[in-house]
Amino acid sequence: MMMSERRAAVVAGHGRFAEGIISAVAQVMGEGHGLVAVTNADRTPEGIEQAIREALDRTGATVLFTDLPAGSCTFVGARLARSIPALHVVTGTSLPMLLSFVAGGTLEKVVEQAQAGIRVLGEGR
Amino acid sequence: MTLELLRIDDRLIHGQVVVGWGQPCEIGFFVLVDDAIAAAEWEQELYRMGTPPEMAIEFVTVDQAVQRLAQYQADPRVGMLLTGDIETMDRLTAASPGLRQVTIGGLHMKPGRVQRMRYVFLSPAEQALLQAMVARGLTVVAQDVPSAPVTSLDEVLRGDGTA
Repeated sequence: MMMSERRAAVVAGHGRFAEGIISAVAQVMGEGHGLVAVTNADRTPEGIEQAIREALDRTGATVLFTDLPAGSCTFVGARLARSIPALHVVTGTSLPMLLSFVAGGTLEKVVEQAQAGIRVLGEGR
Repeated sequence: MTLELLRIDDRLIHGQVVVGWGQPCEIGFFVLVDDAIAAAEWEQELYRMGTPPEMAIEFVTVDQAVQRLAQYQADPRVGMLLTGDIETMDRLTAASPGLRQVTIGGLHMKPGRVQRMRYVFLSPAEQALLQAMVARGLTVVAQDVPSAPVTSLDEVLRGDGTA
């Protein structure tokens, strides 16, 4: 089945977080998901900003997903959002969150589904 | 002395600092020393947003940090002082003779810098500033997270980025 609408987003985080979680999205949803990875590895805050800005410009994305609320990519995203009013920064990114986005969910729905996806299972809980 | 760490890190407050150091070391307060951020309310709000509520954060200029150092050291909580560059830490330590050790936590790639460790890139001028700190009696080491080995400045400067 083809996705009816391809929406772009940039996923940014530590190490290979973005690359890895996008590969998981591709495994579930297939290619053509519209997600682009940026890592903060070896980059100054200025370098991270440049990489995210280039990815946003290249894809036309208006959503930036980051991994950690206190992470450098989140801080860079919040600064970018001051100069790019259309940009939304969503942090605490998880696989359910990205799957919901790629499936066409609104950001409210994306966050709702991510929160609903957190569960503790097993007898020891 | 309750200032557990004087850290140079171009990302200032971020994951390694808040989670990597903050939780295992039970950091109670951060002192972010940066003349520009001390005057930028919005930037301060951004860093507050990323810091857990149990960890206080104070934004000061170099001069303010020098004046308040005794107060930080007498604080019963565990504290971490951060600067975003070597020059700021050099100014702070030059005006505060009681300080003993500075830790490089992360200085990343910029034009003019050479890679010394995985997370340490230095220009010749920055290298000279660090060596001047050592000449003043400070110990300068590199350590990005608590579980990583502590690397002396001599070892850092001999490095080629592979360690």
